[in-house]
Amino acid sequence: MQVTLSINGTEHTVDVEPRKLLVHVIREEAGLTGTHVGCDSTSCGACTVLLDGTPIKSCTMFGVQAEGREVTTVEGLAGADGLDPIQAAFKEEHGLQCGFCTPGMMLVASALLADDPDPTEDDIRWAISGNICRCTGYINIVKAIQAAAKAKAAAPEPANA
Amino acid sequence: MLPARFEYHRPSTLDEALAMLAEHGEDAKVLAGGQSLIPLMKYRFSSVGHLIDVNRIDGLDGIEESGDVLRIGAMVRHNQLAASEVIAAGYPTIAAAAPQIADPLVRNLGTIGGSLAHADPSGDLGSVMLAMDGSVVLRKVGGEREVPVKDFLVGTFTTSIEPDEMLTEVRVPKPAANSGGTYLKLERKVGDYATVAAAVRLTMDNGSIGSAGIGLTSVGLSNIKADAAEEALRGATPGDEAFAEAARLAAEASMPAADVRGSETYKRHMVDVYVRRGLTRAFEMAGAA
Repeated sequence: MQVTLSINGTEHTVDVEPRKLLVHVIREEAGLTGTHVGCDSTSCGACTVLLDGTPIKSCTMFGVQAEGREVTTVEGLAGADGLDPIQAAFKEEHGLQCGFCTPGMMLVASALLADDPDPTEDDIRWAISGNICRCTGYINIVKAIQAAAKAKAAAPEPANA
Repeated sequence: MLPARFEYHRPSTLDEALAMLAEHGEDAKVLAGGQSLIPLMKYRFSSVGHLIDVNRIDGLDGIEESGDVLRIGAMVRHNQLAASEVIAAGYPTIAAAAPQIADPLVRNLGTIGGSLAHADPSGDLGSVMLAMDGSVVLRKVGGEREVPVKDFLVGTFTTSIEPDEMLTEVRVPKPAANSGGTYLKLERKVGDYATVAAAVRLTMDNGSIGSAGIGLTSVGLSNIKADAAEEALRGATPGDEAFAEAARLAAEASMPAADVRGSETYKRHMVDVYVRRGLTRAFEMAGAA
């Protein structure tokens, strides 16, 4: 079945079986492997992408359901000027160790900050509660998101180039 | 993991979807938020010949009060329930439950209609609707019926929906002004199934309890309506004594199974604790209203 969707602003038309999940379309058809398959059972959040700006688990949606929708993956975060403030903050604050959960964490953070530029620690922990990290204990992830919020407030970036 | 092959349909109107259900019947399944159905298909617990994706049908995602009834479209997502001002203002049991369903990512897709039709005894909204005396609207080509949720939920993953019917709306009677309610959920971690949860609604009537609703999650083969506890509360004087007796009856009505989340005795005890706590909280809210 033919599906046309936009991934990070680039339109892709692919021919996929309806039973292929969105994460398969992203990784195998579009070749973007930053979106990870963790539990493959709707529990861990490693496959998180933004669908029209809303974070969802791409292992729990069929690719054909994304017809005409805009998908943002971790590859879509960095702009022409380099890392997104969220990526820079994760790097600076050691918000990752093995890095497997990091794309999902950063995309959730990006949706959170778009919605609420000044979240409390509780808001941040609530927002990432669907994403599992087995390395950091979450402390530095929370710090990174707080730092990203500050950085964005200090220097509102132009729309991602 | 890939599910078995299926035919994918994406109707753009309700009539189209109902016609597809009429044609494919037993071999068809409606895809709403997919947060339970897709995992079941991936595990091959569920095999579907024709998958009917109703996400592109307009008009199934409204939340509105008309008269004394709240009408919630079947495709209303859990995060939409959690953010609704109408629900926050008049339906505290739903408002308390919505943000506790699964996790934030699942709530962005999961729907109220899908959750009820899935009929998982660990589902939160089934208990909420039992406590609120809600009903579901089932449509088919040329027909429609309204079924109380207590008759709709038949057993584990089993409802009284016919193969050619689609759940299109959930209806909830508006609680009187002097009402309160809450949803208390015990879970090991965000996203896990409830170990035990209790949905509670209480309506006062001249200093006595006018009516009460209690629904229990994860402690039986379906969500359980604690009828005996509700009956004992009707007309009773609110307070520790009445709440303790109702909680005892609710615990008695529960049929939990031992698993990694706890023993049967522990779960039954937690039903007692959560119902008592929930009633106390609901009474405080009703008094403040």
